[in-house]
Amino acid sequence: MNESAITIENLTKKYEDKTAVEDLSLQVDKGELFGLLGPNGAGKTTTINILCGLVKPTSGTAKIMGYDIQKETQKVKEQIGVCIQETAIYPYLTGKESLELFGKLYGMNKKTIKERSTMLLTKMALTEDAKRLTAKYSGGMKRRLSLALALIHDPQIAFLDEPTVAMDPQSRHAVWDFIKDQKTRGKTIVLTTHYMEEAEELCDRIGIIDHGKLIALGTPKDLIAKNHVKNLEEVFIQLTGRNMREEM
Amino acid sequence: MNTQRVLALTKKEMKKTIREPAVLFMIFLFPIVFVFAFGASFCGLGGSQNAIYQVGVVNLAAGANQQWSHVFTNDLSNLTMLKVSFYVDNQSAQSDLSQGKIQAVVLIPRSFGDCITAYNIAPNQPSQWINATVPLYLDKGSLVATQAIPPIFQQVLGSMLSQNQQALASPIQLQTASLVEVKQSSALDFIAPGMFTFASIFLIMMVAQSFTQDRENGMMKRIRISPTTPTEFMASQVISYMSIALIQAALVFAMTYAMGFKPAVGVPAYAFAFILVLVFSVSNVGFGLITATIAKTSSAATGLAFIFVLPQLFLGTFVGASLSGGAKVAGQFIPSYYVTDALTSVFLRGASIGSVTVLLDLAVVAVSCVAILAVGIVLYAKYYKI
Repeated sequence: MNESAITIENLTKKYEDKTAVEDLSLQVDKGELFGLLGPNGAGKTTTINILCGLVKPTSGTAKIMGYDIQKETQKVKEQIGVCIQETAIYPYLTGKESLELFGKLYGMNKKTIKERSTMLLTKMALTEDAKRLTAKYSGGMKRRLSLALALIHDPQIAFLDEPTVAMDPQSRHAVWDFIKDQKTRGKTIVLTTHYMEEAEELCDRIGIIDHGKLIALGTPKDLIAKNHVKNLEEVFIQLTGRNMREEM
Repeated sequence: MNTQRVLALTKKEMKKTIREPAVLFMIFLFPIVFVFAFGASFCGLGGSQNAIYQVGVVNLAAGANQQWSHVFTNDLSNLTMLKVSFYVDNQSAQSDLSQGKIQAVVLIPRSFGDCITAYNIAPNQPSQWINATVPLYLDKGSLVATQAIPPIFQQVLGSMLSQNQQALASPIQLQTASLVEVKQSSALDFIAPGMFTFASIFLIMMVAQSFTQDRENGMMKRIRISPTTPTEFMASQVISYMSIALIQAALVFAMTYAMGFKPAVGVPAYAFAFILVLVFSVSNVGFGLITATIAKTSSAATGLAFIFVLPQLFLGTFVGASLSGGAKVAGQFIPSYYVTDALTSVFLRGASIGSVTVLLDLAVVAVSCVAILAVGIVLYAKYYKI
């Protein structure tokens, strides 16, 4: 039996007039690359926000590497890296300074920060622009830096909330390679994406969430076979419908 | 608390101040430009026409004719524009003057009665007069006091001698001690203490903008995901803005010094001034947090910050007789009022930094600033997680 990196049990998050996540139970194994898919407003980001301690659940429990997300928040924060949906970077810092700042926030020493920064800047193709203010970065460069910031401390678990959105194909493939590399290093990754080919290419297992509920769970191949369709996109449409939804 | 995190965030905040042109202007250039423009152009008198001046009288008159000193004090007491307090010695009167409790001290000399009597016997024979000097000490921290009080005393003395002081010679000379012994105070001298306070007030806007911007662009979320604790984050903010306030105070001081503000005080007084400004900056972080709590966006924060900036500015930076009675009362609820008052006492009135009034001002500033910061943190944390 595989060791669990993330264990979610009956997780529910209710807002005043809406239930964002409803009775969600899920387990992600160590070293697994898990895709969390769903239409806009399905509850993916809320789930990630709960797991990384930004939002308190209404009920239910979740554990990250065995640490309770509500009772052992600090321990949980040390285990995870989160690439949030917003391209959140300080425009008045350079790429290198941004990485140094977050390295220090994660308690890393100077030597390790330098090594990790150099590696991440290289992988994200940002070495040449490392000393430029991020205000001058393109949208794609900002997304790549955002991913590097999330992983500066080499976390055991990475939550990547639509990491390749607004990236050109070359950048996207570079990020895919990087994510695969993380997986080969035994890291656990939870990925949300709207790109079905991305999920199909990268993910070991996929959970499809809609209206806050987990409506499908399995490997891409299993889901395709089970729903008698050609690809993951058709699985997604078959299960969630074609209606456009708004992000919560 | 992890020092590395606090220092890293402080360094980040300082880089922001230096690298963002709008922040750089608002925090450093604006106070300098303001000091220059205001200092260069300010030359008029403030104050209201119905002001009441608090004066102290030390009656040292002696001898057979000392009843004239009572006539003089009665005349002063009968003036509606003066509130007269009597002191048994000059030392206690000077103490109150240096702490801003009264705006002038007049010493009635021992020979005062003899002087009036001799004059009344031979008003047209100056050789028969007994001359006397009436020292008048003025609050050098009050522009109005230095300008308005001496003519009032001249007029009272003149009426006792039944003459027009300006037209005729007099056996009594009113010696305005502060103006005679110390250099003539300029308008800049009166506004300089307020300028020190003024510079730091705009931190309110900067703090509010910083928090709302970080909230808007997701940086606050990123910080919250990291192991940084709320205490570490707030400590970094307070240290950053205190450092900025210190730099501001140094720049404003250099500017006012270059323009001619050279108070005759020692290094401890300057050190005290900088400490006071540092403590005061804590309240501006608090007000900034309160503004950031109310404001939904950074542009709204800019406007809403003026709710706190303007009262601090108008009621707290130009303390003195130039404020109306109502404004003075309102000012007592504003931290900047006490900062300016303490700086005025130290720089202009000559009060020591250990005097009761100055220490009381410092205590009020310290307590109120910590309380405002606490309210700011609690409110912000209630509506937006840190």
